Amino acid sequence: MLLRRKDNILKVARKDMKNSLLSFFQKIEPDKKKSPFLHTLYDGFFTFAFTPNHVTKGGVHVRDGMDLKRLMFHVVIAMQLCYLFGTYNIGQQHFSALGMYEGFLEGFHLKIFYGLVQILPLFVVANVVGLGIEFFYAYKKGHGIEEGFLVSGALIPLVMPPALPLWILAISVAFAVIIGKEAFGGTGMNVLNIALLSRVFIFFAYPTYISGDDCWVAGLEKVDGVWTASYNGFVTGVLNPAFESFGWATYQNGLAVVDGYSGATPLSLAAKGGWEGVLTRFTPEQMFWGNIPGSIGETHKLFIVLGAGFLIYLGIASWRIMVSMVFGLVITGLLFNMWNATPAMDVPWYYHFSMGSFLFAMAFMATDPVTASATNRGKLIYGFLIGTIGLVIRVLNPAYPEGWMLAVLFMNVFAPLIDHFVVESHIAKRKSRLSKLANS
Amino acid sequence: MKRGKLLFISFSLLVSSFNTLAAQSNGEGSQFLLNSLFVIAALVFFAIVIQVSDNLMAIEAKRTGADKDGNHFGLMPRFYELVGSKLPSYLKNERVIISKKGFDIPLEGQALKEKLTVSVLRFAVNPTNFKGISPIPKVVVEVGDTVKAGDAIFFDKVQPDLIFSSPVSGEIVEIKRGEKRAINEIVILADKTQEFKSFDKPNLGTISREDLVKTLASSGLMTFFLQRPFNTLPNLTVVPRDIFVSTFDSAPLAPDLAFALKGQETAFQAGIDVLNKLTSGKVYLGLDGRGETDAASIFTGVTGAEKYYFRGKHPIGNVGVQIHHIKPISPNDIIWTINPQDVVILGKFMLEGKVVQSRMLAITGANLNKTGYLNLPLGASVSDLLQSEQLAGEYRIISGDVLSGTQISKNGFVGFYDDQVTVVEEGNNFELFGWLLPLDMRPSVSKTFPSALLGGVASAANTNNRGEKRAFVVTGEYDNLLPMDILPQQLFKAIVVNDIEKMENLGIHELVEEDVALCEFGCTSKQPLQTILRNGLDVVKAEG
Repeated sequence: MLLRRKDNILKVARKDMKNSLLSFFQKIEPDKKKSPFLHTLYDGFFTFAFTPNHVTKGGVHVRDGMDLKRLMFHVVIAMQLCYLFGTYNIGQQHFSALGMYEGFLEGFHLKIFYGLVQILPLFVVANVVGLGIEFFYAYKKGHGIEEGFLVSGALIPLVMPPALPLWILAISVAFAVIIGKEAFGGTGMNVLNIALLSRVFIFFAYPTYISGDDCWVAGLEKVDGVWTASYNGFVTGVLNPAFESFGWATYQNGLAVVDGYSGATPLSLAAKGGWEGVLTRFTPEQMFWGNIPGSIGETHKLFIVLGAGFLIYLGIASWRIMVSMVFGLVITGLLFNMWNATPAMDVPWYYHFSMGSFLFAMAFMATDPVTASATNRGKLIYGFLIGTIGLVIRVLNPAYPEGWMLAVLFMNVFAPLIDHFVVESHIAKRKSRLSKLANS
Repeated sequence: MKRGKLLFISFSLLVSSFNTLAAQSNGEGSQFLLNSLFVIAALVFFAIVIQVSDNLMAIEAKRTGADKDGNHFGLMPRFYELVGSKLPSYLKNERVIISKKGFDIPLEGQALKEKLTVSVLRFAVNPTNFKGISPIPKVVVEVGDTVKAGDAIFFDKVQPDLIFSSPVSGEIVEIKRGEKRAINEIVILADKTQEFKSFDKPNLGTISREDLVKTLASSGLMTFFLQRPFNTLPNLTVVPRDIFVSTFDSAPLAPDLAFALKGQETAFQAGIDVLNKLTSGKVYLGLDGRGETDAASIFTGVTGAEKYYFRGKHPIGNVGVQIHHIKPISPNDIIWTINPQDVVILGKFMLEGKVVQSRMLAITGANLNKTGYLNLPLGASVSDLLQSEQLAGEYRIISGDVLSGTQISKNGFVGFYDDQVTVVEEGNNFELFGWLLPLDMRPSVSKTFPSALLGGVASAANTNNRGEKRAFVVTGEYDNLLPMDILPQQLFKAIVVNDIEKMENLGIHELVEEDVALCEFGCTSKQPLQTILRNGLDVVKAEG
């Protein structure tokens, strides 16, 4: 009873809000003929705020409440824990390089605000550039704005190193959206994963910004051969006075890093010194709980697993891809452990899960339905091969000790081929079944 | 059981988040080990508490006698409840086909199992109801003529022997024409007392198949058959491989055919005997095996038909799905299907020598004052049917179910093959953040809606499109909604690019619109799959 009344109050309140918003939208609607670009933009925002009043015609009379917007939004929700921890970890890694605030809650405000200062511009630039291009193409082609960039725009900041210059990000996103997507026909037509395409663009065009040991910790600058902390004007001019007024600790320019500091990730340590090399700097627990340098969203393994579980439970991401990818990694890892010819090969197979970005690629990259295999059996093959190829690249490639980005893109290209063979075998099976029936 | 699960999940989340904090601050292995031990100890403690209380509950249930019917009162599921579904006893010695795919759309507005009394005066025969007929059939009556039930109304120029007869006796009051003089409706005002044209009762023991087909065709009874592939009117010159009848309808709000056919067992058996004469193969009956008790008991005594039980969710009741599991159609096969209510019409013809073209019609819809069943001749006027309903606002009247029915106007007539009328609200309003935070319930296959957690609560349908049309993005969602060994998405793509060989190879001849209607309902990209399939079928048919 009470619940129902509350429900009604909610409904009335929403009706009022809806009507005033609806009339506001109708007031500002630009003329379609005079300013088509503005109208496309308007239409995009309007359909975001309101489900259109279209009714079914010609086929089913009742439709499922699920649409592409809702689907993609749930993928974005699944990444939110990675965003939270990624923001914190930017600050955590920065201060642990300086030898300060090692504890989780020590200097918490400094870490969170520093993380925000780094991640917000990345997010804004990625989305402004990507959405801007989407809007432009929607207007050029004369169709409505589609929500394809919703997920890509949320994924891109998570796969970038925290210290990435914004102009490089802008160029890479523009490349990925124009060449990777619009050239192929827009949402649902792309062959390659957009977020990974923008990352691989940086990897080949500006390799020093995304590989090596120096790019994974933000806010350090080399002065006279020594890495020292350096902050921009916003941090020193706005945040510091604000924290001072509360009597909190502030950021200090020019602090030197601790002795023997290196920004190396577990992967580059493993490439040089094997599992022993990794253990000189990191504990396995540390890698699992994400207290390591790396791309923004990839470090906290539990949060990624929770996101993956959320997507599997809702039936949005394919469990087939994820499970077969794990199998691919485990089997290849075991083989490498048996072979044990180089230092990198002796990393125990189970620790490959907590190093680097395997889980992130599994949960959010490989499962992109547009670029993955479309058939159920194809998904198993596709995932397994990503797991295998990715680990081969990680272990054997001397130049870049991580393989998932390249493996996923590689298999994106081969997904249609896998589907082709799956469909052919399905057809052959159908034919043999029918001929058996005809003879019976 | 659900609450227990929830408790467990929230508890383990709590522990793991606590663990995160602990590991972050120390990062020491020993501390981590200690924490893990603590967690395990706590879990064991909880497991013991739950197990003990579970046993206490079961003991209490036994003492009070609450578990008499084999109801299990424990918190944890028993082992056999986890592995495999236990078949109810009536299915133990039967042929059962079980499918886990599909979805029962929970909708409000199921027809009450009571008979309504509404006087319907006008009926119509509508040539556009028949697939595969030429657009302008030859009408043999004129406005003002009086006809008896069973008199010829028109025939198809392609097959002049195939007569379409009048469902009622009365006066032809109107012949409505559409574009290019196509005939849309032939309206008949029914007499108060019905007169039937009398036919010679054919004797199944002596009559040849050809003569039987001729008799049935001349009385209009052959039009009740549908021929696959393509779901068209039957070709009178071919002998079908088999004839299939599905004795239940699993579509949303569909009529309960066992209820509709109660008391018609003799006529149904007579109809089955006719079917056996018409095919060179067998007659197959698909029976309802969904419930815990036998809902198909009136069909179990039928002789001369192969009976298969089907257990699963919609579209398990579709005859196409049943054919696929019993004996699939290959491209060269011809198969006939017929609605069980029409088997009764055939049977009555054999028993009484007259064409009684009437069915139990279910009136369904959440916004109606009175839902229920009524026995009416085919093609009843909807405005007569719904005369007592005061429908404020905009509504859509559907002849058939919400998935594959046809929209008809307020002055329209029920379709020839339909045994259901559904009324749903038009959803032509804007909804604030309707895609994200819907306030009212809506049916969905997806688990992102709270209704999925509540276990399929029925909601009132409306016709909003729930989003805009997009390219195919999500993969694998049709596979879960089509209980056949077919790759639906690949088939639709082959149709879109007009690849005829691939369409045939992927099994387009096994499908008709109603089989993919559920896929269209659940499609995230809002693709018009039934239309796409019909285009493909037309192309394949034209190719021969």
